[in-house]
Amino acid sequence: MSGPADIRVQSAPFDPGAELSAFTPLAARAGCGAVVSFTGLVRDLSGGLSAMEIEHYPGMTEKALAGIAADASGRWDLGPVLILHRYGRLGAEEPIMMVATASRHRRAAFEAADFLMDYLKSRAPFWKKESTDAGASWVAAKDEDEDALSRWR
Amino acid sequence: MQILYFAWIRERIGLPKEQVQTSAATVQELVRELVAREERYALAFSDLSAVRVALDQELSEMDAPLAGVREVAFFPPMTGG
Repeated sequence: MSGPADIRVQSAPFDPGAELSAFTPLAARAGCGAVVSFTGLVRDLSGGLSAMEIEHYPGMTEKALAGIAADASGRWDLGPVLILHRYGRLGAEEPIMMVATASRHRRAAFEAADFLMDYLKSRAPFWKKESTDAGASWVAAKDEDEDALSRWR
Repeated sequence: MQILYFAWIRERIGLPKEQVQTSAATVQELVRELVAREERYALAFSDLSAVRVALDQELSEMDAPLAGVREVAFFPPMTGG
């Protein structure tokens, strides 16, 4: 089983429900019995978030995401894979990104989605900047995000 | 060679990208050349543990050679997802 990877990097908003509805029949047709999806949302941690700006590196971003998807497909027997990530200005509670994976059985789909998220967080060239009442600041990378990659080695 | 800067490194240097003539053999040497130019570069590269580098859009290391490289990008640790 080896399905296509749908990689999208876009400024436009997306509807996670609609994406999942489109993804599910692709998975079914590929013989998959399990679909797992993850959606990341903008959180207002400080209570005063006015916007989140996401910057990325056009060209490298798409390559990095395609590479991460290919690595996942090499480790697990996957059907289609979706990686969608927004850039530009987002408001609180908006979806930032989603991944969806599909496989014959649930374990591979869960693990592959987890793997995609771990690598996407610290190996895909995106940077978040939060604007609040107190000003704007770049979100710092967390050591635990880097440490999470060691699970997969 | 084209150099790109992202996030707070871009803000500190005040440029998203620039064309540079260099004979630097490694990324480290290129950084030393840039830092020697102006204070804003010194500020951007003051803590190299917070700087990541990509060569021709592939993540790389500070001691990597620059021979044949067309595009160098400097940025902070990534915070996607």
